[in-house]
Amino acid sequence: MSFINYSSREINCKIVYYGPGLCGKTTNLQYVYNRTNPDAKGKMISLATETERTLFFDFLPLSLGEIRGFKTRFHLYTVPGQVFYDASRKLILKGVDGVVFVADSQISRMEANIESLENLRDNLQEQGYDLDKLPYVVQYNKRDLPTVADLTEMREVLNTTHVPDFEAVATNGTGVFDTLKAVAKLVLTELKKGS
Amino acid sequence: MAGPQIVMYEEEFNQIQEVCEKLVKDANAIVVFIIDKNGQLIATAGEYENLDTTSLASLTAGNIAATGGMAKVLKENEFATQFHEGEHQNIHIQIVGQRVILVVIFDERSSLGLVRLRVRKASQSLTEIFERLVEKMQDPNMAAPLEEITDDDIDNLFND
Ligand SMILES: Nc1nc2c(ncn2[C@@H]2O[C@H](COP(=O)(O)OP(=O)(O)OP(=O)(O)O)[C@@H](O)[C@H]2O)c(=O)[nH]1
Ligand SMILES: [Mg+2]
Repeated sequence: MSFINYSSREINCKIVYYGPGLCGKTTNLQYVYNRTNPDAKGKMISLATETERTLFFDFLPLSLGEIRGFKTRFHLYTVPGQVFYDASRKLILKGVDGVVFVADSQISRMEANIESLENLRDNLQEQGYDLDKLPYVVQYNKRDLPTVADLTEMREVLNTTHVPDFEAVATNGTGVFDTLKAVAKLVLTELKKGS
Repeated sequence: MAGPQIVMYEEEFNQIQEVCEKLVKDANAIVVFIIDKNGQLIATAGEYENLDTTSLASLTAGNIAATGGMAKVLKENEFATQFHEGEHQNIHIQIVGQRVILVVIFDERSSLGLVRLRVRKASQSLTEIFERLVEKMQDPNMAAPLEEITDDDIDNLFND
């Protein structure tokens, strides 16, 4: 749910990174955080377990610049990917304006990708959202690993609706900003339509 | 469909700001802020210059969301009030009109009793203001506020 403030001339939007455990959601945010000017970002908050698995969420506030005198601010969140944190995932989806689905390209994680994507659809639906009507992009992460699934195959299974999609290596930043820009652009375009 | 959006106009913003400033004084508080349930900061008053209000806002929203989830499991309505007592500072959190969250940070110069009392009064004013705001947001003449933005404007934002 975007928040448009005429008084401070700000547009605020919420983007959620979703995907199976260990697919690299937190790594995406960390890369964005490390590569953004201090004046364009706030503190990154990670509510994580002692083993650095996301427990509730990561949060990164980001400014992308001005449009017609309005400052655009994006709040990036990640969900915890581990299956048993489903209740938390639902909470974080509340008020979402755009979704990035981060898939783990390793063949061994294809099941987990599919399950997580179904879980995303279900949890959105529960709150009255339809993934097909939401600004939404897909990222195939960990392309640097030796045992990755074929890209065409991943597309067929994980991007049946042909939304913008990107190959990525979040640890070195490949594809990270392309993904973010694509979803941010979709969110602003949706706002312009006046939802 | 990107959920219903919140729009804040100058008039209501000023009224909300006034309520916050009055609450800081009346409750002897350090900081007062209002956020929506998604963690977007709406207004701040008091000594907030050295405070990371953006982080606090998102964490408070997360906290309220988690507590709301617990309430649901217990088949309770939401827990409208929370209080956290620290060694030096305390936080009082109140859900107002089921849509926004009023946060008061205070120390030994105030007391929980006083804060509670003043929060109750401020909540009433805020509820009225937000009701008016919602009416305004539903007015079709006020809607679609970003219509004048072009695709080029959006593209330009990303061409750096
Ligand atoms: N080789 C490789 N490793 C990656 C890549 N992206 C992330 N990783 C690693 O994968 C592990 C898990 O990454 P996280 O970002 O914590 O995963 P997550 O999706 O946030 O996991 P949860 O919080 O449990 O949902 C870390 O050790 C990362 O360094 C990548 O593109 N390539
Ligand atoms: Mg994580």
